[in-house]
Amino acid sequence: MNPKLSLTKNLFDLLSSMRFAVSLLSVLGVASIIGTVLKQNEPYENYIIKFGQFWFGLFEHLGLYDVYHSGWFLVILLFLVVSTSLCIYRNGPHMIKEWRTFKEHATEKSLNAFSHQATYQLNSDTSATSDIDSVKQQLSQFLQAKGFKYKFKLQADGSELIAAKAGTHQRWGYIFTHVAMVIILLGGLLDGNLPFKIQEILGHKRIETLDIPESQVPEVSRLDTNNPSFRGNMTLPEGSSGSVAFVRVRDGYLVQELPFRVALKDFRIEHYATGQPKSFESDLVIIDPDLKQPVTKTISVNHPWTYKGIAIYQSDFQDGGTKLNFKVWDLFAHNTQTQPLAGAIFDKGILGNGDDALKVEYNDFRKFNIINMSPDGKGKPHNVGPNVTYKLRDNKGQAIEYVTYMQPMQIDGRHYFISGMRETVSDDFRYLRIPVDNDFGVDGFMNFRAVMLDASKYPEIARRIATNSLEGKKEPAVKKQFENSVVQLLTVFAQGGYNQIAQVIEKSVPEKEREGAASTYIKMIRVAAYEAYNMSLAANKKPLLVSSEENEALLRDSLNSFSDMFFYGSPYYLQLEQFEHKEASGLQLTKSPGQKWVYLGSVLLVLGIFSMMYIRERRIWLLLKPASSQVLFAMASNRKNLDFEQEFNLYREQLKSLLA
Amino acid sequence: MNSHSLDYQQKTLLQRLNWQDWLYALIVVAGSVFAYVKYAQYMDIYEVGFLFGAAALFSYIGWQWKRLAKLVLMVGVISLFSVSLYHGEQARATQVFLLKYLISSQSAIMWMNVFFVLAMATYWFALFKRSVFTGKVATALTWSAVLFGFVGLMVRWYESYLIAPDVGHIPVSNLYEVFILFCLITALLYLHYEQKLNTKQLGGFVLLVINAAVGFILWYTFDRQAHNIQPLVPALQSYWMKIHVPANFIGYGSFSLAAMVASAYLLASKGFLASRLPSLEVMDDLMYKSIAVGFAFFTIATILGAMWAAEAWGGYWSWDPKETWALIVWLNYAAWLHLRMVKGLRGAVLAWWALVGLIVTTFAFLGVNMFLSGLHSYGTL
Repeated sequence: MNPKLSLTKNLFDLLSSMRFAVSLLSVLGVASIIGTVLKQNEPYENYIIKFGQFWFGLFEHLGLYDVYHSGWFLVILLFLVVSTSLCIYRNGPHMIKEWRTFKEHATEKSLNAFSHQATYQLNSDTSATSDIDSVKQQLSQFLQAKGFKYKFKLQADGSELIAAKAGTHQRWGYIFTHVAMVIILLGGLLDGNLPFKIQEILGHKRIETLDIPESQVPEVSRLDTNNPSFRGNMTLPEGSSGSVAFVRVRDGYLVQELPFRVALKDFRIEHYATGQPKSFESDLVIIDPDLKQPVTKTISVNHPWTYKGIAIYQSDFQDGGTKLNFKVWDLFAHNTQTQPLAGAIFDKGILGNGDDALKVEYNDFRKFNIINMSPDGKGKPHNVGPNVTYKLRDNKGQAIEYVTYMQPMQIDGRHYFISGMRETVSDDFRYLRIPVDNDFGVDGFMNFRAVMLDASKYPEIARRIATNSLEGKKEPAVKKQFENSVVQLLTVFAQGGYNQIAQVIEKSVPEKEREGAASTYIKMIRVAAYEAYNMSLAANKKPLLVSSEENEALLRDSLNSFSDMFFYGSPYYLQLEQFEHKEASGLQLTKSPGQKWVYLGSVLLVLGIFSMMYIRERRIWLLLKPASSQVLFAMASNRKNLDFEQEFNLYREQLKSLLA
Repeated sequence: MNSHSLDYQQKTLLQRLNWQDWLYALIVVAGSVFAYVKYAQYMDIYEVGFLFGAAALFSYIGWQWKRLAKLVLMVGVISLFSVSLYHGEQARATQVFLLKYLISSQSAIMWMNVFFVLAMATYWFALFKRSVFTGKVATALTWSAVLFGFVGLMVRWYESYLIAPDVGHIPVSNLYEVFILFCLITALLYLHYEQKLNTKQLGGFVLLVINAAVGFILWYTFDRQAHNIQPLVPALQSYWMKIHVPANFIGYGSFSLAAMVASAYLLASKGFLASRLPSLEVMDDLMYKSIAVGFAFFTIATILGAMWAAEAWGGYWSWDPKETWALIVWLNYAAWLHLRMVKGLRGAVLAWWALVGLIVTTFAFLGVNMFLSGLHSYGTL
């Protein structure tokens, strides 16, 4: 045999074999797992942090960050198409033949070799032709009643064969399911990124990785309106419009031109009574030169709008540049002066001046935050109101991220203003909890804090404590010494809160006495805080605190908050006072010409599976032998199972009584 | 001789129907017409289609399987009775005696759990004692569990509308609800085969997987308060949910059933309990039938899911972890069926494979929600 020919044949045999097909199914399954275990399409920095530079590079090379669009994965899919097609090519004709044939060429010898067969002896006088005919008729009726189609075939020896079949449509199941797989896979590939991939390899297209305005993206990274299939995103702030979508590819993107312009009139979120979101809706306008006037339609989740073959989906939402007004407190100032600060999400601002100036980057604003605040997590989540996320960046480029809530939150029955900070994205936020004052404001704490930081107030605080606690002992020297120690303690506390006191104790107090010293200092700080708080209240002409459990808690919280202040990372507390909410709707735009093919394939697949499993192919042969007055009954199925056994036994008995 | 010809004549379905069958179908159709007249304004065209489609489907299945017809009627009667006790107030679920202890949605579901546990114990007892009567009791207990489970879901459906009209939805929307659905569908599939193939000995095995789910439901209820009805996130507000989820759970249920039969098969093939269990051929056949049903419905469910995804997420296939794992499950059973149907493979290999299939299926059903994130994360633990 020609070796070239035999190689081709071997290849054909391999590719069209079921062994190969099943192996491919397994490989596809295992390959698919990768993409579910490794989170796909994350920003590449995340992968570098996770794997380190070496593995990151290797995995990038293997296309593991977007497995399902990588070259090797597409090759597996293509192989599946090829293998399945060859299976159809190889087995299809056989299936059609089996579907049509009655197998009327079976010989007595071959029938005798069947595992399911029986022989019936007819009455000896039935050898007459008329009787044979009547038996033939009976058997035909029998087969008909059982739903069999049959065919007569006169044998050379004068006997007559009735060859019958039922359920051979099952054979179409094979063809349907396999053709369906090919159609589905090809439809899917049509909607995949194959055209772009080829253009990329040829050097016609390239992804853009820089964050530049859309208008500056070069032609090589733009896809024109003739692009047959894409899946892109578009973020539209309320009142704006756009005519391009962004297609994310690996660590970059492509710009997809649209044949029309989309404008967002309004974006709405509706909420359930519990605060959870109920619906996201966008009022869209399409402006198209082909249209006499723009068309308006509202889309929502599960209700897209298809225009010119492009489906527009409500995908997500984000801030669209909400305007914000803050009151900025300098946490370490000895006074209670504040400055106003105005900005908008996605804008930048400046705080402070000179070398200490910080750049403010307003990142996100959320009007609703549904949080579960119960300590064990079992309570009901509820809305805690708006928050704003921003970064403060120093002149070295180091940034700290903050998230600050506008309204106080209830934690363990008490209310606090919450502001979290973190240095890197991978950290959790650490929160500063500022207790509310009696007017539910932040001012009470801020005024108290100013007094606690102002060294000129310490002698007065010390004097008041001395007066209250040293009633019996009027000796000026003792009093003076006591007052001095209070002033000293407050000075230390103002330098770094409880932490600073702990350090001083560690440095200057012998180990045995530390615990005692600490508890004395803490007690004294408490008392001092009480005086300081009342001084701040008096200065602002507010009613003074009286001794109560609640006020005790307020002082404790204020002192904790004061201590935590030193870990807040910056001296600025941005109190959100007002906002003008502006949202942006995230739209997804897709064009998928393969969809109808995939659906067609799906219908075929279901039809195929049902006919393959629920149509049972069975064949019956009845050989009438006038010479010996015998009828040979043989039955076969391409799938032998219990149902077949039962059916055979039933027919055998029924035929027996029929022919008796 | 012509008298014989009648012996083998098979009656068609319509010829076999008696007046009770027709009465049953009439009641089912009347029920759906009533629902249509009363609630048409809340349904879209597809949902109206589902309503009457369901009436036709349950009539047909009820004709084929008389016990199911009885179940449908009893679920209907008890659910309506329960609903009538509410007087439109959610609070009465814990005030009215019958509701509080028997047929409020939560109580009915608890009764389902109790009956499933009892049924399992009884099935095992029957297996060891070779007691036919005890086996019948176990079957009755399983039917009772199914009855209470369905009543619980129906009443839960009603209760969700009592919370607020916009909160109301069919109870197949989160992990808690679908676990109940899983128990019910697996039990029904088993009961069907039990009646058809007379395999009461397998009940203990199948009830194992159901009771694992019952254990989960109990933990989920008492530790996580998952039984509280939550409103639907926007992505789930779609008629697709009504068909996608049940189709999927017929798949999961069948695969679980097959795996439990496989475990019995493996034990028997090693000589354990062999004299008590059905023959290997019967178990092999049951395993195949179950996987075939599961595969067909899982295919439909995945296709329906793709169609829904095309409407909700902007593409029929996004390689979301849930989708991908559905594909893996599908590929797994596709390979299983290839080997069995084309290669004619039988026996222990396929039984082991069906067991491994259960692990893959469980991961797709539960593990994806627990360990992987994605679009499909409706049930977190």
